[in-house]
Amino acid sequence: MSRGIGAQALATKGWLKSHQWLLARRASQLGILALFLLGPLAGVWIVKGNLTFSYTLNMLPLTDPFVLAQSLLARHWPETKALIGAGIVLAFYALVGGRVFCSWVCPMNPVSDAAAWLRERLGIRGGAHVSREARYWLLALALLLAAASGTLAWELVNPVSLLHRGLIFGLGATWALVLAIFLFDLFVMKDGWCGHLCPMGAFYSLVGKFSLLRVRATRRAACDDCLDCYVVCPEAQVIRPALKGVDGAGPTILSGHCSNCGRCIEVCAKDVFEFGLRRPLAAAPAQPRVPRVSPAAGKSL
Amino acid sequence: MNPEPGNGKASATARRQFLFDAARLACGVGLLGAGLALYAKQSRALPPLAIRPPGALKEDEFLGACIRCGLCVRDCPYDILSLALPEEPVATGTPYFVARQKPCEMCEDIPCVKACPTGALNHRLKDIGKAKMGLAVLVDQENCLNFLGLRCDICYRVCPVLDRAITLEQRLNPRTGKHALFIPVVHSEACTGCGKCEKACPLEVAAIKVYPLDIAKGEPGKHYRLGWVEQQKAGKSLVAPDTPHQYNLPEGMRYESGKGLSPSDAPPAGTPPGAAADRPRALQGGKL
Repeated sequence: MSRGIGAQALATKGWLKSHQWLLARRASQLGILALFLLGPLAGVWIVKGNLTFSYTLNMLPLTDPFVLAQSLLARHWPETKALIGAGIVLAFYALVGGRVFCSWVCPMNPVSDAAAWLRERLGIRGGAHVSREARYWLLALALLLAAASGTLAWELVNPVSLLHRGLIFGLGATWALVLAIFLFDLFVMKDGWCGHLCPMGAFYSLVGKFSLLRVRATRRAACDDCLDCYVVCPEAQVIRPALKGVDGAGPTILSGHCSNCGRCIEVCAKDVFEFGLRRPLAAAPAQPRVPRVSPAAGKSL
Repeated sequence: MNPEPGNGKASATARRQFLFDAARLACGVGLLGAGLALYAKQSRALPPLAIRPPGALKEDEFLGACIRCGLCVRDCPYDILSLALPEEPVATGTPYFVARQKPCEMCEDIPCVKACPTGALNHRLKDIGKAKMGLAVLVDQENCLNFLGLRCDICYRVCPVLDRAITLEQRLNPRTGKHALFIPVVHSEACTGCGKCEKACPLEVAAIKVYPLDIAKGEPGKHYRLGWVEQQKAGKSLVAPDTPHQYNLPEGMRYESGKGLSPSDAPPAGTPPGAAADRPRALQGGKL
């Protein structure tokens, strides 16, 4: 077995097949950004605004429900346009997976992916350990601050909205914040921002809790334990239950933290994973085949 | 936590670890929250030169309502608005303009307000003449050319609410003793805060400036009433007709409402004879 991550998949499937979802994601991220930039740079106004609220072709409003939730908690009732926009966005992500936003749209994703890639390349190990639940605490903090201060306090520092707005309306000192997060992910904590701290990701993980589009370890019997999927997955903890059938779990990855990025699918030489639909009203799990792992063992993944 | 049967010690350690982790997280998040709360509090203060677009809610409400999408910036045909950068002293991402650089052109259809998806720019503003972006204040009365006796008048002339938001009040020029000063006076009920006067002021640094309303305006105490206004509202005097004034009148004088002072030949009507002697000295009339 070759040592490089995904080397097996590369050998059996070729470069394109083993990077297809990555390419598709970068195309999606860049395409969305390009649509937003077409107005200010080329004067072609297909989309106006930024990710917190955008207006497409002067008819389609899209609102970031996380920002709107903060605004509602700050006790402001918005115009109908913003509410409709949030409804559309919520409905979309509730179907395709909340954190699809993270891996297919969010401008911070390439930053954090780059840090993870470089970390792997440079062989940087270890660093701070913070629970992945920290993001829910930060989510609570963001919402609490909005309610307590009556302002969108989190939006003063939210790197996601800052970066996207910055790319379209002028970056200013935002680059320093983004660089800080890049370095944090690189040296201090693997997948630190997107995988542990970002409250927006936490919010969208809740939105997509019951989404239909899922990654499934359909051919999990073929798994040869090469661990490549665990290494490329920014939320590695979501794989194990589906892949190993922990507690009799079915092959569908059910965690709201799976962002449907598809890296596990393409990096697997055995083609264990594929995109599929959550089986509606899946039958109650059968008798546990593998004993539940202790928390300590779970963390080491 | 799901303690597994048969390893109580391990589960106790795990529980302990869990509590430590939770405490650590709570501390970290609490610290971050405290910092952010302080930062948020600081960024509430709008610097005097940053003016919000027309129809903006009061600053406190605005910061909870504006989601920083920038649609107002996009729909402003004169490109005067910008979104605050993180290093600027305005709440990050919120729209503002600086009158001295580019004042509001006061479009009749107010496209910036229409574009706002949340109503942070209040959609009830239909007449740009009723906008209250700020208030012009003639800050420097020492360098204003009109105050020096010249006929600059530029602020008066460029004002889109001509002769209502700024008027020129004549005064004697005490320096020459024979010429007039034409003093620009801003009227807050008509001024929209567009900033054209500040932009046009020919001084190196403008003598007239537009400030956000809460900086530009004073405010009397909530209990304060102006007698003449209340009288007009009620259509009559709200003060009960005077009982005879008995205090501190000159010796041998009496006071009657509407008539003023008169010599007190007779004791005031309504006072029973002899009653005056029982009163404290201060109430007996005459000087103390």
